[in-house]
Amino acid sequence: MPQSNLSPELTTTGLTSLLDGQGRKPTRLLQILIEIQAAQHWISPENIDQLAAELNLPRARIEGVIGFYSFLHAEPAGQFRLLFSDNITDRMLGNQNLLEYLCNKLWLERGHVSEDGLVSVDTTSCTGLCDQGPAMLANGMAIPRLTRERLDEIAELVLQKVPVTQWPAELFVIENNIQRREILLANSMQPGDALRAAIAQVCVPGSAVEAAANQRSWREGIPSVALCAPVSTLEEIKRSNLRGRGGAGFTTGLKWEACRNAPGGEDNRTRYVVCNADEGEPGTFKDRVLLTTQADLLFEGMTLCAFAINAKQGFLYLRGEYRYLLEPLNAVLQRRRDANLLGANILGQAGFDFDIEIHLGAGAYVCGEESALIESLEGKRGIPRNRPPYPVTHGYLDKPTTVNNVETFCAAALVGLHGGDWYRGIGTAKSAGTKILSVSGDCARPGIYEYPFGVTVRQVLIDCGAENTLAVQVSGPSGVCIGADEFDRRIAFEDLATAGAFMVFDESRDMFEVARNFAHFFAHESCGFCTPCRVGTAMLKATMDKIAIGHGTQYDLAEIDQLNRILLQSAHCGLGHTACNPTLDTLKRFRPTYERRLKSLDFEPAFDLDGALATARRMTGRDDAGAHLSMEAES
Amino acid sequence: MTNPEQKKIRVATTSLAGCFGCHMSLLDIDERLFTLLEHVEFDRSPLTDIKHCGPCDVGLVEGGLCNAENVHVLREFRKNCKILVAVGACAVTGGLPAQRNHLDLADCLQEVYVTEVSLHNGLIPNDPELPLPLDKVHPLHEVVKVDYFIPGCPPSADTLWKFLTDLLAGRTPTLGVELTRYD
Amino acid sequence: MSETFQLDGEDIPFAPGQTVLQAALSAGHYIPHLCYHPEFKPHGSCKVCTVKIGGGNNTRTAASCTLPAQAGLEIESDTEEMNALRRTLVQMLFAEGNHFCPSCEKSGNCELQALGSDLGVMTAGFRHFYPDRPVDASHPDILLDFNRCILCELCVRASCEVDEKCVFSLSGRGITKHLVVNATSGKLADTDIALTDKAMQVCPVGVILKKRVGFAVPIGQRRYDQRPISAQALDDAPRPPSASGPNGSGVCQACEE
Repeated sequence: MPQSNLSPELTTTGLTSLLDGQGRKPTRLLQILIEIQAAQHWISPENIDQLAAELNLPRARIEGVIGFYSFLHAEPAGQFRLLFSDNITDRMLGNQNLLEYLCNKLWLERGHVSEDGLVSVDTTSCTGLCDQGPAMLANGMAIPRLTRERLDEIAELVLQKVPVTQWPAELFVIENNIQRREILLANSMQPGDALRAAIAQVCVPGSAVEAAANQRSWREGIPSVALCAPVSTLEEIKRSNLRGRGGAGFTTGLKWEACRNAPGGEDNRTRYVVCNADEGEPGTFKDRVLLTTQADLLFEGMTLCAFAINAKQGFLYLRGEYRYLLEPLNAVLQRRRDANLLGANILGQAGFDFDIEIHLGAGAYVCGEESALIESLEGKRGIPRNRPPYPVTHGYLDKPTTVNNVETFCAAALVGLHGGDWYRGIGTAKSAGTKILSVSGDCARPGIYEYPFGVTVRQVLIDCGAENTLAVQVSGPSGVCIGADEFDRRIAFEDLATAGAFMVFDESRDMFEVARNFAHFFAHESCGFCTPCRVGTAMLKATMDKIAIGHGTQYDLAEIDQLNRILLQSAHCGLGHTACNPTLDTLKRFRPTYERRLKSLDFEPAFDLDGALATARRMTGRDDAGAHLSMEAES
Repeated sequence: MTNPEQKKIRVATTSLAGCFGCHMSLLDIDERLFTLLEHVEFDRSPLTDIKHCGPCDVGLVEGGLCNAENVHVLREFRKNCKILVAVGACAVTGGLPAQRNHLDLADCLQEVYVTEVSLHNGLIPNDPELPLPLDKVHPLHEVVKVDYFIPGCPPSADTLWKFLTDLLAGRTPTLGVELTRYD
Repeated sequence: MSETFQLDGEDIPFAPGQTVLQAALSAGHYIPHLCYHPEFKPHGSCKVCTVKIGGGNNTRTAASCTLPAQAGLEIESDTEEMNALRRTLVQMLFAEGNHFCPSCEKSGNCELQALGSDLGVMTAGFRHFYPDRPVDASHPDILLDFNRCILCELCVRASCEVDEKCVFSLSGRGITKHLVVNATSGKLADTDIALTDKAMQVCPVGVILKKRVGFAVPIGQRRYDQRPISAQALDDAPRPPSASGPNGSGVCQACEE
C-alpha cells in the first residue's frame, strides 16, 4: 500500500533507536516527540506507553506535553497536514479564499482529516513569512507565496501521495528580501574575528577593568590574569549600552554580569547560554533572515557570551515553523567545531569549552517568553515560571542562564569586535545601535530594513513604498497600533520599543478586523496557566466575534475594558498583559470602525438566539414565525 | 406604619425553566407576607394568574431559558419592569436544566420521541403551539440586562425577605456571606 | 522574625523564604486565595491572591502567594479594587466550568463556592462556556467530575510530590487546558490511585470525590456552612512554633526544595 510508505508505523525497536539517538534524556522529550510526529504524522498511545516506560516518565505527563504544542498530535491528523499561516498579513493577501479553494479541491472540511486519513487543512499562527505570504506549512515545511496555481500543484502532490520531502524544491524557496543594511546586515566579519579580539584583551595596569578582574578573582577563585579578557568583554558589552532586541529591552551587559555572578554549580561553569529564536510575534521575521544569512555572527555572539559569563553549554531554541533551517544551522555549527570555534579549548584557549545544541519548538508562541522557553528546553509544557527567581540565577535545570534574542547575540558579536564605544555611538542616547525591522502589509517593498535607532515611522513608510497608510502595528499584536498623526514617532526604546514587527495597513483596511485577528491569536496561544488569561482571552475572542456579526453593544465595549483591567492586573506573563492591546489601541484610534458595527444601544444577547433554535427547527421541520427568535426584543 | 396614601410597589413574578421552588420559598416568608402586601401589589404572577405583565417596578424571574417562550416572557418582563431580578440558581447560572447542555439536542429529541417508546407515535412534536427548545439552556443575563441576582436553590425565605426589604427601603440590596448561598 | 512588611497598614513579621501570603496567613491576616495550599509550594495560577504593591503612584500588582516577603514592602489587599478583581476572577472560573452547586456533593465544603459567597459574588456575570467534560466514573471507589475543575493543579502536585504516583497531569492549553489521568485508557480505574492518597484530599472543588458517601453530612452543617472561608483559612494556616506546636514552622517543607 502506498500509504505505508508515507506513514510508516514506528516499530518498538525503531522508537528505541530513536530514543538512543536522543540520549534518552527526559529534557529531550519534546525533541523526541517532534521526531515521532515527523516520522509517522502522529504519536500513538503505544508510542506514549513505550516512551513512559523507557524514559521513566508518567505517561500523563507525556500526553500533557503533546497536548500543549500545536504541531504534535495524539490522534491521526492526516499524512499530509497543510496549515495556512493566519496572520492578518496572510489574510490581507487572501489566505482565506485560498484555504477554501484548497479544501474544495481536496473535498475536505477545514480542520477535519479526510476519511481516508490522507490529508487535513487548517490554520496556524503567523509563520514568519509575512513579506512573501500567503504562506503555509506542509508537514512542517514552509511554503511561501501561495497562489491557486501553487495550490493546484500541492493538491496534486497530495493526491499522488508524494512525500513532502520529494516535493519540488521550488515550492520551498524562501526569499531574504533584505532592503536596507546597516552595521549588522552589512558586516564583513569572518568567523572567529570577535572571539579572537575578545581573547586578546589584556588588563591595562591600573585600569578599572583590572580592578574588576582582581575583585572577581577573589570571588571566583580564578587568577586575575585569566579574568582580564572575559571581564573586558563584559565591560565592553556594558559600555555598548546594548539592550535586548526581543522587545523588553533589558540591558544585555547587566544580564550577562548577573549571570556570571550567580553560582554555577560545583565547577562554577554550569551556566547556559540560550538563544531565543522562537520568533512567534506575528509580523516578525527578522530572526529568520538573520538565521539564514548571519548564522556565524549569531553563534559567535553566543560563544562570546559563554566566554564572558563562563558557560559551557549553549542552546538555540528554533521555532518549529523554521524547521527548514535546522540542517543549514547544524552545518554551520559543524563548520565552527571544525574550525575550533566551538568545542574544547576554543581557539587554543585552555578551558574555553563551549558547544551549542539546537532545540526545536513545536508551535507555541508563549515559548518566546524566556522562562517558558526554558521549560520547553527542559522537555516540558511551555508554561512561564513564577519570578523571582529569574533565569540569570535559576534558569535551565535551575542553573544560571542567559537568554537573549537572535539579534542581540549578533549585535554582541559586533561589539566584541569593534568595542562598546563604537557601538554606543550609533543610534540614540538611550537606544544604542541599530534595529532590524520586518516590514509587511500594504507597501511596495516588504522585507527586512535595518536602521540606526531613532528612525521615524514616516521614514520607514517612505522607504518601503507605503501609500495612503492608515495605521502601523509596531512590534506585533503585543505592541502598539498607531495612526497617521503618530508617524513622526521614533523606533527607539524611549518611544516605540519594538521586537521588529512593522505591519502596514492602508486606508482600504478595516482595523476592527485586524484587532479581531489578534484577539483570536492570543486566545489560541494562551498557555492556560493563569485564570485571567485562560478565560479572559477566550472571552475577548467571543466578544470580538459578537461585535463582528453585528450584535455588539456598549455593554460589550465595557466588558472589553473590564477584561483589559483584569488582565493587566493579574495575568501571569506578558501574553495576558498585552492581549487586549490591539483591541484597545484600535478602539481608541479607530472607534468608528467599532461603532458602525454596534447596531443597537440596547443590550443584545450573548449568543445567536435564532441559531439556538436551528436544531429544534430541523428536528421538527418547523419554520413558522414561532419557530424563530430575533436578536432584538419586539417593541 | 402602613401608609395607605403611599403608592404600592408593583411586582411581577414568573417561573421560566425552573421548578417554582423559588416561588415556594417566597411563600415561606410566612406571616411576613402580610407585611409585604402592605407595600407591594402583584402584577403578572402565578399568585395572581394575570397572563401578561404591565408596567411594574420590580420583576422577579425564576428559572433559566430553555425554549423560545422563555425568551419571550423574559423580554416582556425586561420591557415592563424597572428593576429585573434573577431569582435562584437556574435564573443565575442555568441551574439544573443547564446540565443538559453537554447533550446534543437533536440526539435528545431523537431518543425521547423516536428511538424510545413514546406517546407521540415515533414523531417529534411539531405543533406550532409548542415552544421550540433552545440548543442549550442559558441564564437570564445572557439575553437581557439583569439588575440584581439572588443565588440559591432556592434562595431561602430569609434571603428573599432581606432582599425585598432592602429594595423597598430604597437600599442597595446586600445579602452578606450568611445569606449568599449557591445551593 | 524581626523584619516586617506592611499589609493594609499593619506590620506583618516574616521568616526568610516566606512569601507575602504565607507570612500574612501565619500572622493571622487573610488574603483570599484558591490554588495555594499550605502544604505545597506556591503555584500562582489562580491569581485570586493578587495584591497591590507600593504606595503612591508607583504601584504594581502581583500574586501574593509567590511574592517573596521583603522588609519594607507596602501591600494593599483588603481594598475594593483588589476585591473587585478577585470577584471577577472567581466569576471567570464559574463561567469557565460547569458549576451547579445545588447538585454538587462538595457544596458547603467547596473553596470556590465559599470564596464566592465571602467575596459577595452573586452571578458569573459573563456568558457561560458550558464546556463538554464527561465524568469518569470508572473507578469503583472514586468519581472524577471534570465539570468542576478549576485547574489549580493541587491534585497534580499532591499525586506527584506526596503520593509519588503522578496519577494526574494537565494537557491542552488555553481554554482547552484539562486534567488527564495517567493510564493508557485515560480512565481512573486503570491507575494506582488509592483512597488514602493525598491527591484525594486536596481538591478545593468537587472534582475528586469518594463514592458512596454522598451527602453523609447534610447541607447546612458543612465546613463553610459553619464559618466563612476567610476565618477557616486562618485556622488552617501554619503558625509560628509558639502558636502551633513543634511542627508549625510557618513555612512548608516543599517550599524550601
